[in-house]
Parts: sequence; C-alpha cells; structure tokens
Amino acid sequence: MTPLLDVRNITKSYGARLGCKDVNFTLWPGEVMGVVGESGSGKSTLLGCLAGQLAPDAGEVIFDTRAEGPRDTLLMAEAERRMLARTDWAFVHQNARDGLRMGVSAGGNVGERLMAVGARNYGDIRTRAADWLDRVDIAADRMDDRPGTFSGGMQQRLQIARNLVTGPRLVFMDEPTGGLDVSVQARLLDLMRGLVRQMGLSAVIVTHDLAVVRLLADRLMVMKDGHVVESGLTDQVLDDPQHGYTQLLVSSVLQV
Amino acid sequence: MTDYNFAYLDEQTKRMIRRAILKALAIPGYQVPFASREMPMPYGWGTGGVQLSAATLTPEDRLKVIDQGADDTTNAVSIRKFFEKTAQVATTTRTPEASVIQTRHRVPEAPLSADQILIYQVPIPEPLRFLEPSEVETRKMHELSEYGLMHVKLYEDIARHGHIATSYAYPVQVEGRYVMDPSPIPKFDNPKLSNCAAIQLFGAGREQRIYALPPHTSVVSLDFEDHPFEPSKADAACALCGDHDSYLDEVITDDAGTRMFVCSDTDHCTARRDAGHGTEDAA
Repeated sequence: MTPLLDVRNITKSYGARLGCKDVNFTLWPGEVMGVVGESGSGKSTLLGCLAGQLAPDAGEVIFDTRAEGPRDTLLMAEAERRMLARTDWAFVHQNARDGLRMGVSAGGNVGERLMAVGARNYGDIRTRAADWLDRVDIAADRMDDRPGTFSGGMQQRLQIARNLVTGPRLVFMDEPTGGLDVSVQARLLDLMRGLVRQMGLSAVIVTHDLAVVRLLADRLMVMKDGHVVESGLTDQVLDDPQHGYTQLLVSSVLQV
Repeated sequence: MTDYNFAYLDEQTKRMIRRAILKALAIPGYQVPFASREMPMPYGWGTGGVQLSAATLTPEDRLKVIDQGADDTTNAVSIRKFFEKTAQVATTTRTPEASVIQTRHRVPEAPLSADQILIYQVPIPEPLRFLEPSEVETRKMHELSEYGLMHVKLYEDIARHGHIATSYAYPVQVEGRYVMDPSPIPKFDNPKLSNCAAIQLFGAGREQRIYALPPHTSVVSLDFEDHPFEPSKADAACALCGDHDSYLDEVITDDAGTRMFVCSDTDHCTARRDAGHGTEDAA
C-alpha cells in the first residue's frame, strides 16, 4: 500500500525564527493524524506547508495523486496544486469566516467547489448542495441565507460541507473546534467523526485541545518549538507520555 | 503653444497605447495594463475610450460617438467635439459611414464591417472584482483560468430571483480562455460581440487597463445548462420607427406615468424612419 501523504524533512523558518524543523511522518489512507502543541510551536506553519499555502524552505510533501501516483506537491506547477486543493484536498479553518464567502448564500458556498471543477447544471448543483447541508444538519430552508446569519457552530458545519462536497481524500483542519462552546464542540466532533469514518477520509488535525485528538485522531505528534518531540498512537501518547513536555501537556488538562 | 498635437495626446503616449492595443489583440480578453494619462475630463466620462480613440484615429478617419445608444447626449456630443477640435477629423452619426466608433454602453444595431473599429468605455474591467476584492488574487485566477467563482454569482442570481438577473455587464468567456467584462452593455448586445467583423477595443482609464477582441473572435456568455443565457429587451416595438428587434429605452412622458418605448440606438431609429418605417410597423 502507498501512503496517501509522505512528509519528509519539512523545514520552514521566518527569517531567524524557526517555524518548524525536520518534520517527518507518513499518513496512510483512512488515517487521522493529530498534531498538538502550544501556541507558537509551529503546528500551523506545518499545516500551511502541507496544504501548499506556505512554501517550506526544505523538504518534500509527497501526495498519492489519483492519476499519476505519488508526486511531490512542492514541485508541482501552481495550477496543478490549486486544482488538488479544490478537489482532493480540503482545508477547514479555525475561523469559519476565513473559509467561507460571507457575501454568498449557504447553497452558493457549498456549490462553489462544484462549479470550480466544471459543474454547469444549476439543478444538480443545488441538489448536491442541499444533500450536503442535510448531512451537516443545516435546515433546508436556510440554504439561501448568508452565513452571516448563522451561529458559530452552523458556520463551522457549513465550512465542512463546503469542503467535503467534492469528495476529497485528505482534509487539513486547523483548530476546527476553536472558539465554540462545549456542547456545540461535541456535536461538531460527532459529525466529523461520522464523516471521517463514512467517507474513509484521511485527515491532519492541528489543535491544542487534547480531547479533540483523543476522539478523532489515530496517531498523534506532539510539537514544541518547531520540533516533533513525541509521536505514536494517540492513546499510547496520551496515557503514557514519555517526553517531559507531553507529560506537562497531559497533566495540564483541567478535570471537571 | 497654439495647436494641439493631432488627437490631443503626444506621439510617445499614443505609441505606448498602441503597443498595449497590439498586445491586447494578441491575447483576446486579457487585460493589458497601460500608463493611462490624465485627460481633460473626469474619470468615469470615458477617459479610457478617449485615449483609445486618440491612439487609433488617423486624419482620414470618420468618427462616431455613442452614449447609451444616442448621438445627441452630453457625453457623445462633448467627445465628438473634442476630437473635431483636437484632430480635425470628420464626424458622423451614421453607423455604416463611421470608421472609428467610440461607444458608451451600447453596440450599434447595424452590423459592423471589417474596416471599422468599435471602442468601448469601461468603468470596471475586472469581472471578478465584486466577488474577489484582491487584485493579486483575481490576476492569479485569470492566470490559472479559475473561473468557478463567476458561476457562483450566476448561481446566487438564480437562487435569489429564480433566473439570472444580471442584465448588463454580463460576463463572457473569450475563445474558451479569458473571462471578460463586456463593459456595461445590456446583455441584449452580448451576442453581437461574438464573431464580429470589426475590431473591438475596450479602454478603462481610471483602472489603467486595455483589452480587445480581434475580428471574428468567439465570445460566449456564461450560463448554466438548465438556465441558458437569454438576451433580453423590453417586450414592445419602438413607438417611433416600429422596430420589434432593436433594444428599447423606456421614456416616461408625463407625471401620470405615461410611458413610451423608443429605440436606444438613435441612428438606427432615424435611418428606419427615413426609409419610411413608422408606427404602423408596430402593429
């Protein structure tokens, strides 16, 4: 079996400051990788490099493309990489406003990726958008409303629908539950877990919330100061942390 | 200094504009940046079109200027007089007799021929402007031919109004490549852009962009399979010449709301009336 994503020695610095250094991991089809660490540990930089939004200084990001097999996305032409980004990849932002078009109705937001890959039948686009809104629990009568009229949790669900409508194989998530209250978080996590299992998605989830990775991720990487300090199966890392920083992280979780 | 240089602009400037025109003709629909000059009129009054006219006019040319179809409104009259004064070129209101036609927001009803140049005044050349505010991003979208967003706008129209409500500045795709703003002409005129025998030049002075359609270029109005593009006009005949097929203006004639529909293209209407057509044709 070929890994879906093979990341080798990704290094990115901002001038003299280090973003992330020598990150290596392999993501297999259907697997969810969690990346945890405190603010400034380089996890968002890493995600940006993987998703083609930042150019790393060194390293390779080898993605198993549908047509041509494993290819280094960093060496692709930009047109090709952006095509991947709106077909086989999805990116869920922490702030739904970054990932949605606020001036466009919910249906239009979901339909955008379909139209971007050439769908030109209004009826079909609308049916598929309605189907996806239903799957993320957004009522059909809200389809023509703008996302600005939605609650935070709904906006986040809409962003997920908008990203998954083209049936991507790899989802990048940057703090998908950040800024939501806990009951809304729980519903969102439940939804994401269902979608990941149903669609056999692979995902890289960046978060500082250990509960999120416990629920969603199969494997876990812990980052500190731009380096991966510990990695392994999620339960193993969380139940028996080896690195001092991981121990601190795990013991810092508030118990209710 | 007593005289203007021919057609107001200095020769270096005209050369610069001609280079931009040649590039625009070589890449149909692509917006070519150019060093737009200050003209003796405010932005929005056709400074882009005037610079194109100045760069294309020769002393032998015969100029026609249209403002929303009419030859006798302020914009048309003043631009025509401007070139009468600065270039001493002959002018006309008859479409078939003109060799250079500068137009604001209409395409003449009479078919154009291979020896004519049609120059459009363009306020906003970027069709993606109101969908994507970043110019850096829209240029990238043109570069990579990423035009899904244009259909999102049409989708929104249908979702909100039940049909594509965009009635002017209706986006077109040129030769299957660049998506272009045809300037704010009514969508009724869009089909006339395609396979036109004349050269069509588009100038946006404030935005500093020139783009062009060489003769016989394929221009397709964007649409959906199940909501095809429809050129539309008022469902009436001209009250003066009786034409059923020309684009009509609605004119309110008194305070009680009485209205009449007349041809927007005044030259077309006059020519038809001179040829003996009248209200009896409307029946």
